[in-house]
Amino acid sequence: MTAPFQNAKLHDCRDAFTAALEELAAADGNIVAVCNDSVGSSKLTGFRDKFPERLINVGIAEQNMVGVGAGLANGGKIPFVCAASPFLTGRALEQIKADVAYSQTNVKLVGISSGMAYGELGPTHHSIEDFAWVRALPHVPVIAPADRIETDAVIRWAATYQGGCFLRLSRVGVPDLLPEGHVFELGRANVLCEGSDVTIIANGVLSHRAVTAAAVLEGQGISARVLNMATVRPIDQDAILSAARDTGAILTCEEHTTFGGLGSAVAEVIVDHHPVPMTRLGVPGVFAHTASAEQLLDDFGMSPQAIADSAVALMGRKG
Amino acid sequence: MDTHDLRLLANRIRRRDLQAVYEAGAGHIGGEMSVTDLLTALYFHTMKVDPAAPLDPNRDRLILSKGHTALALYVVLSEKGFLPKEEIATFLQHNSRLNGHPNRVKVPGVETNTGPLGHGLPVGVGMAKAAKLDGADWRTFVITGDGEMQEGSNWEAIMAAAHFGLDNLTLIIDHNRLQQGARLEDTNNLAPLPPKLAAFGWTVLEIDGHDMDQITAALSADNIASGKPTCIVAHTNKGHGISFMSDNVAWHHKVPNEAQYKQAMQELENAQ
Ligand SMILES: Cc1ncc(C[n+]2csc(CCOP(=O)(O)OP(=O)(O)O)c2C)c(N)n1
Ligand SMILES: [Mg+2]
Repeated sequence: MTAPFQNAKLHDCRDAFTAALEELAAADGNIVAVCNDSVGSSKLTGFRDKFPERLINVGIAEQNMVGVGAGLANGGKIPFVCAASPFLTGRALEQIKADVAYSQTNVKLVGISSGMAYGELGPTHHSIEDFAWVRALPHVPVIAPADRIETDAVIRWAATYQGGCFLRLSRVGVPDLLPEGHVFELGRANVLCEGSDVTIIANGVLSHRAVTAAAVLEGQGISARVLNMATVRPIDQDAILSAARDTGAILTCEEHTTFGGLGSAVAEVIVDHHPVPMTRLGVPGVFAHTASAEQLLDDFGMSPQAIADSAVALMGRKG
Repeated sequence: MDTHDLRLLANRIRRRDLQAVYEAGAGHIGGEMSVTDLLTALYFHTMKVDPAAPLDPNRDRLILSKGHTALALYVVLSEKGFLPKEEIATFLQHNSRLNGHPNRVKVPGVETNTGPLGHGLPVGVGMAKAAKLDGADWRTFVITGDGEMQEGSNWEAIMAAAHFGLDNLTLIIDHNRLQQGARLEDTNNLAPLPPKLAAFGWTVLEIDGHDMDQITAALSADNIASGKPTCIVAHTNKGHGISFMSDNVAWHHKVPNEAQYKQAMQELENAQ
């Protein structure tokens, strides 16, 4: 396997999100979209044109937006509440806690342009704390799909799932990773590459970088397993423990601070059940400098080459 | 600076902003053109600030709560001497201090970090309260967008400012009638704004936010009614000064192509 994705077409997963949402809404009149002056950035213009009365734009008022979502759910609607992820999760976190998680309402929270997708707009617009914030709450699965196919599958799953959830989408182009027709299962990771020397666990925009890193490692004679772990809560304990037993070392990569996200969730399982050496890549607890989304990932040690180098260093710590 | 010179300066600031948006390939040009005259009047007429002492405890404070128009603030701060003028060319570049939203930790003259809408006014209430506690006479100015006024946090601050009697606080609403995706009236209409602020106990002035005589007169301390905060509802146009951008919602954060850039620059030059 050499240089995967070289000429691969890149897709903005927001398109897969709204295509699926429009199809589901055509079949189910209870599906509504709620947003905060984010019709364009959430790619809801098509939804608005097809179902104008079912697009509820509350204006620039995120706390109200999530509360309204909870009320709509109480009234039997299936609200997809869409906003830039930092404002959805950061601004309305207590609404998410009390009105969605604690009240166990059927609100689908869709965080758009999450991670560092907003690049140069800076830390106020980065959403690299959202795994940690929402993962701390009961009753709200946290899911970050990796490509257009998984995004489509996750939206279809969310529409039928009874309960709240947080779907973390990006706007940065990503290649296809999962097979066409893939069906999403909550809390179940997918093996993107088999391997026995080390395991790389990633999700969202990092999954394809992890696959490329595995190709780099293969060139060095190292067999890396790559797990695409879209669900951060509930975490796939079985896949993590198999990886620990089979490969003896786990590297996590995420477009998130290393405080409390995917790496932390994996480490919790490892510490409790089967300690092995781990390295957690991510944003190391800082507010990012000015750079584009892709540049920031490179700067924080998550280029495919740097991921591979971290994997090699990690293997040196195996017993 | 007299209002004639202020107009010329605002024109130059608009041109520098336009050029930076074009070169960086990003920015929020509509809201930058609507807020430029207000910022120019504040920094070059009304406010007591000193670029040599950006943290002077007695300085007047300005919070650009509509932080997405940071570039307009950066250009004004560079004209005032807080930043080297050449630095504007680094806007949004790798490792630049000048990202898309102002950062007080990096950029002298910036008082608080904005970007998420609805943060500036509560912070401004705190500043004005601090001045009152000290018996100091510095003033606090906050500029919000009109769409931004949909954030509930603003209305919590509006209640508090009136209750605390913060007559040293001035809120300027850049009332350009447009928000990100549509007109306010098609999203969540707040107009008319003046009676709402008046009902909360504020002194309210309404001005043409592109008329320097009206802006400077409204900002004067002479308008302060003792014990009441002041709100200036500034009627503006998003994209002001550039015909095809003016009052056009498409230009919230669109970037001009080469032909559009040339036309826009020409129009601004002709208006000098
Ligand atoms: C809390 C929050 N929600 C959403 C946004 C995204 N956003 C950036 S600018 C903008 C529109 C602002 O409109 P307005 O306040 O009228 O500003 P102006 O017209 O002067 O650009 C929106 C929704 C944000 N920055 N912060
Ligand atoms: Mg506006």
